[in-house]
Amino acid sequence: MAMIEKYANPTVFLGITRPLVPWLGGATVATLSAGLYLALFASPADYQQGESVRIMYVHVPAAWMAMMCYTSMAIASGVGLIWKHPLAHTAARATAPVGAAFTLLALVTGSLWGKPMWGTWWVWDARLTSVLILFFLYIGYMALNNAFDNAQRGANAAAVLALVGFVNVPIIKFSVEWWNTLHQPASVMRMDGPTIHASMLWPLGLMALGYTLFYFWVLIIRIDADVTAGKIRALRQRRAHS
Amino acid sequence: MGRFFCVLRRDLHLALRQGMDSFMVVMFFVIAVVLFPFGVGPEPNTLARIAAGVIWVAALLSSMLSLERLFLGDYEDGSLELLVLSPATLETLVLAKIAAHWLTTGLPLIVAAPFLAILLNMDGEGFVTLVAALALGTPTLSLLGAVGAALVLGSRRGGVLLSLLILPLFIPILIFGVSAVDAAVGGYPVKPQFMILGGFLALALPLCPWAAAAGLRQSLE
Repeated sequence: MAMIEKYANPTVFLGITRPLVPWLGGATVATLSAGLYLALFASPADYQQGESVRIMYVHVPAAWMAMMCYTSMAIASGVGLIWKHPLAHTAARATAPVGAAFTLLALVTGSLWGKPMWGTWWVWDARLTSVLILFFLYIGYMALNNAFDNAQRGANAAAVLALVGFVNVPIIKFSVEWWNTLHQPASVMRMDGPTIHASMLWPLGLMALGYTLFYFWVLIIRIDADVTAGKIRALRQRRAHS
Repeated sequence: MGRFFCVLRRDLHLALRQGMDSFMVVMFFVIAVVLFPFGVGPEPNTLARIAAGVIWVAALLSSMLSLERLFLGDYEDGSLELLVLSPATLETLVLAKIAAHWLTTGLPLIVAAPFLAILLNMDGEGFVTLVAALALGTPTLSLLGAVGAALVLGSRRGGVLLSLLILPLFIPILIFGVSAVDAAVGGYPVKPQFMILGGFLALALPLCPWAAAAGLRQSLE
């Protein structure tokens, strides 16, 4: 705990992470460009799906990130509620829009992929519906966070909501196994190893890595901005009261 | 346990003295359902096909309607602070308030539902299932709603925000509630749907009062 206490101080945290920002940014751009090149040009087309399989390289990692962001948001909210670290609430708040954007990206690319493959933009199957609920949960989290005049109250209330909404994440993960759906079951994250060929696994992995780096890059920038905004607010209040 | 019934009796008294609240929720439920034949046309087969879904969605929205006031009155006049300070655990008292909410809104909806099912020309096979599914599902709605009601206390635009937070969480209950009625009408076994609805209730019963109590405590900090 002592170590977490030390790094949970916003000044110490930002002192360590701020120099990482340009490196993370560079790594994100490099990984995403390499991943996109492999995905869009250097990887083979699918024997059934043809060229439209390339949507997968954008869609699948975005869906992973949507769940990963919600999970980290819920963990950060739990830490914020239990140990009352303000930085944990800040991290959760900073994660929400990024996660919502990934969820929207997964929904939109999935819709674009569904049209040529399934012949429809949208079906109400378990996987699609539960991801849509995830998107609504992100929106609700952000709305609740901003609904109070006292920022601390908003953070606490939204943290409880994030924890309650976490029940949705396992439902998304297992929806393709519990229900017989149009959406195909997992082919990478399985117990008996991935079932897709290495020539497709590599670009997929690179894209997932790129998305993750992007998340951490934006996360640090957003935490920095949030902490700075808090300082500005405090300074203004002090000036108004003096 | 004595304090549980004390709070339950108090909330029921308050609801009965004011009287209109429960009645208005049921009226909203009836009017919302009656709108559908105008919207989709009075064709009996169409109405029979959508009856279960329409009744469930209207029940969801009407139980939403009264949720905002679940803790708001107590929050504004300060009795919430007395509840928090009382020696009984807050979770018990929250559960009592939820039970009172269900008795004053959920129960009237269940009573009204078969009449609306007749209006919508629903197949007779589904009536018992509809009532049973509502009886199993609406307590979960009140339980989940209490968490939202506790979280939005003291916020700006609490009512709109509440629906944004809670309606997504209501979706699973809607899905299995409707599919139970559809299965009964189609002549299939309804046990799986009831097991799942019962499972939701069994999960929500211990967890939601706990989360709602956490929300109430932080609203008074």
